Amino acid sequence: MVLQSFKNCLWLSCVLRTPKACFWSTASGGLIIQSVSNDVYQNLAVEDWIHDHIDLEKQQVLFLWRNSPAVVIGRHQNPWQECNLRLLRQKNIKLARRRSGGGTVYHDLGNINLTFFTTRKKYERMENLKLVVKALKALRPQLDVHVTDRYDILLDRQYKISGTAAKLGRTSAYHHCTLLCNADKFVLSSVLKSPYKGLKSNATPSVPALVKNLFEEDPSLTSEMLLDAIAKEYAVQHHTDHHITLINPTDETLLPGISAKTKELQTWEWVYGKTPKFSISTCLNMAYKDSVLNVKVNMDVKHGRIEVCNIDLPEQWLPPGLYSELVKNLTGSKFCPNETTTLVTTLLRVCPQDNELHSRWTLLCENMIRLM
Amino acid sequence: VCIHRVRSCSSIRFIKSKYVCVFDKSALKFSHQQRLFRTSAVSCGQIVQFKLSDIGEGITEVTVKEWYIKEGDSVSQFDSICEVQSDKASVTITSRYDGVIRKLHYSIDDIAFVGKPLVDIEIDASKGVASEEDVVETPPMSHEEHTHQEIKGHKTLATPAVRRLAMENNIKLSEVVGTGKDNRILKEDILNYLAKQTGAILPPSPKAEIVPPQRKTEAVPAAPKDKARKVPVPVSRPIAFSGKDRTEPVTGFQKAMVKTMSAALKIPHFGYSDEVDLTQLVQLREELKPLAEIRGVKLSFMPFFIKAASLGLLQYPILNASLDENCQNVTYKASHNIGVAMDTEQGLIVPNVKNVQVCSVFDIAVELNRLQSLGSAGQLGTSDLTGGTFTLSNIGTIGGTYAKAVILPPEVAIGALGKIQVLPRFNGKGEVFKAQIMNVSWSADHRIIDGATMARFSNLWKSYLENPASMLLDLK
Repeated sequence: MVLQSFKNCLWLSCVLRTPKACFWSTASGGLIIQSVSNDVYQNLAVEDWIHDHIDLEKQQVLFLWRNSPAVVIGRHQNPWQECNLRLLRQKNIKLARRRSGGGTVYHDLGNINLTFFTTRKKYERMENLKLVVKALKALRPQLDVHVTDRYDILLDRQYKISGTAAKLGRTSAYHHCTLLCNADKFVLSSVLKSPYKGLKSNATPSVPALVKNLFEEDPSLTSEMLLDAIAKEYAVQHHTDHHITLINPTDETLLPGISAKTKELQTWEWVYGKTPKFSISTCLNMAYKDSVLNVKVNMDVKHGRIEVCNIDLPEQWLPPGLYSELVKNLTGSKFCPNETTTLVTTLLRVCPQDNELHSRWTLLCENMIRLM
Repeated sequence: VCIHRVRSCSSIRFIKSKYVCVFDKSALKFSHQQRLFRTSAVSCGQIVQFKLSDIGEGITEVTVKEWYIKEGDSVSQFDSICEVQSDKASVTITSRYDGVIRKLHYSIDDIAFVGKPLVDIEIDASKGVASEEDVVETPPMSHEEHTHQEIKGHKTLATPAVRRLAMENNIKLSEVVGTGKDNRILKEDILNYLAKQTGAILPPSPKAEIVPPQRKTEAVPAAPKDKARKVPVPVSRPIAFSGKDRTEPVTGFQKAMVKTMSAALKIPHFGYSDEVDLTQLVQLREELKPLAEIRGVKLSFMPFFIKAASLGLLQYPILNASLDENCQNVTYKASHNIGVAMDTEQGLIVPNVKNVQVCSVFDIAVELNRLQSLGSAGQLGTSDLTGGTFTLSNIGTIGGTYAKAVILPPEVAIGALGKIQVLPRFNGKGEVFKAQIMNVSWSADHRIIDGATMARFSNLWKSYLENPASMLLDLK
C-alpha cells in the first residue's frame, strides 16, 4: 500500500530546506521515499541530491525507484566494453553512468531499485541485503533466496536476482541494489553483450551472470508487492511508520538544484567522457569490388575523444592528402558515430568529385563509424 | 627549481613585501591560469602526509580511479582529492587540510592502501594569522578533470567572492582591515576600502551598473584632488563582474561547419529574392493533411517546395550541376538529391532526399519524416548526408523573411525560405484580400549561373506553388 503522507511531505520539505540544521521528525529512524518518475537520469539525480544535502545522522533514508528501459554503467566503466551501443541507439534505450562503482545493469519497469542512505559510519551493505531477503521471505516463505559474499542475491542458489553498488562521500554513503521482478530478459541479454572488438582498457569490467525474474518463480508477484514488502521490513527495522512518501524528481522547490544535477548526468561529457583511457586495436574487413581489404586500425581514446588514430590503408588507396585530412579531423573529436559522420561527410564536400573516390571514402568511413 | 626567500619561521609578517616567489616549474605548467601577484615567501609550510582513511567493511586496499587535483594545486579542507574504487563501491576522498598538494603517491589504476600516504600536502603555516601575503587565485578547473567543487587558494581569511572583488579592483588584501570573525575580510570591508581610496561616499542602495575597476594609477592622483575639494562625490558601488572568457577548441559539428563555409567562400554568390503567394497551397495542405495522417505521415509544406524545385530543375538543369575544382567542367547531375537544412541540438546538418525527380509529394513527406527523426536522434547515416545536388533551407520555421544563404559545395544553388505571413494584397479586381505570403531568397554560383536563369527558375517554382493544380500537368 502506497500512501502519500502529508505529514512526511511536510517533514521532508522542512528537513530539505535547512539540510543540516532543523531536524524535527515525526518519523524517527528511517524515511521511505518513492520516485514518481521513470526517468533514469532524474532518479539518479535524486540519489546525488540526497547524498549531497541530507544530514543522515539521525535519520536514514530508503529510496525506491524504477526506470523505463535503460542501461546503467558504473562510475569507472567503459560503455563500449559493456553494452551494445548500436542496439541501444536503435531501440531508443537510454544510457546512464551512475556515480557509484560496480558493474553494468539493465533497467526496465520490471526491475526495482533500492537505495539505502546512511552516514558513512553506518554504511553496511550486508545488513541492507539481509533486510531485502527477510522481506522476500516474509512475502513468500518458500522462496530460496540468499546473499552471497559478493553482495549478490541469488535465487535457487543459481540465478542472480540482485546486483549491488555503493558510493561513499565524506560524511554520507549510499548502497543501492537492483531486484529483478519481471524484466525483459531477452532485451537484457542482447543489450549487455558488446559487439566491439579489440578494446583494451583498465575500466572496471562487469561479471556476467545467469539471471532470473522473481515472476518466473512465482507469477503472483508484482513489483508493487515487492516494493511494499521491502518498505514494510525497513519500517520495522528502523522503528518508523510504514508510509511511503512520493517525491517528484522535477520539483525544484523540494529539491533545489535537482535539474542541474539531472542535466549533468545526461551530458556526453559525463556519460561517455568519463570513460577511463582505452585503446582499440582491430581489423576492418572491407569488401571492395571483388576483393576484401584487411585494414588495421589503432586508436587511443581519452575522455571519450580520439587522441591517436592510425589506419593502415594500402598505399594510394586514398589520395594521401585526403587520408591525412581524415586523421587530422578524427584526432581530438568525440569517439561518437554522429560527430564522425558529420565530419566525414563534410570532408567529402571539399574533395574532388570522383565517384570512385567517393565510394572508397564512404566504405572506409562507414566501417570506422561502426567501431563507435 | 624553487626559490624561497626565508626570513623567520615563527611569525610571518611582511609589510609591503616585494619578494617574488617562484614556484617550481610543474606548478606553473599545470596551473597556467594561476595569477601570481606580489607574493611573499611561502616558507615554513609543513608537509603533511595525508593518509588514506578507513573505508569501512574491513577493506584494506582500493584502486585509484581518478585524480581531481594535480601536484601544485591549492586545496581547501573538504575539497575532493580523488575517486577510488573498492569492490563495487566508489569512494570520494576529500582533503582534511588547507594547503598545496606537493606529491601524489599513486597513479591512475594503482592499488592504494588504507593507512598509507595518499598525497603530501603543504599546510598553510599562516592559517589563523592575519597574513600580509597576497592571494594566489586559482580559478576552477575544467569540467573534464573535476566535477564537484572549486579548488581555491586560501591564505588570507576571505571568501572566494571577496577575494575576486579585491583582485578585480587591484586591492591588496593585506591592506584591508577585516571586520568579520577571526579578522575575516568581508565584502563591506573591500567596499569601504575603495570608498576611502576615492574619497567617495557610497550610496546605501547600489545601482545595478557594471563599473570598470579603478586602476591604482588613476586613483592615486584623484585622491589628493578629492581630499582638497572635501566635497564627497557620490559614486555608484563598483559591482564586480566575475564573468570570464572561455576558450575551447573547435571540434565536431563546428569544425564541419568551418570546413564547409570556408570552401563556400571560393564561390562568388549572387542573390535573388521574391515573394510567393501560398494562399492556395495552404488550403490544399489543410485538405491533404488528414489523408497523410491516416497513412501515418506528418505533411508539412516542405514536400511541396521540394517537388516544385525538382520540377523546376528539369527545365533548368544547370542549377542541379557541379563545377569542378579548376572550373574546367560542369557536371549536370541526373539525380535531384535535394538537401534540407536541419537544426539539431549539436548544430546544422543537411541530409538530402534522394531522386526527388521520381518521387511523389507523399514519398517525399515519408522520407522527410524519416530524416527528421534520425536527425533529432543523432543517427543519420553517411548516405543520408552525402550526394546532395541542391538545397532548401526553411529558416522560416524559426523566423525571418529574407535571408542570404551560403551555397554548400559542390552544389551551385540554395534557397532560403522565410516564414509564411498573412498580408494584405490586391487581387485582379483591385480588391484587398488576405494572402499567405512567403519570401524566398535564392543564392547561386555566378561563375556558371546567371541572374536570368535564376529568375526564370524562381518564377517557375513560384508558379507551381501559387497554383498547385499546375503541378499536375508536369508531374512525372
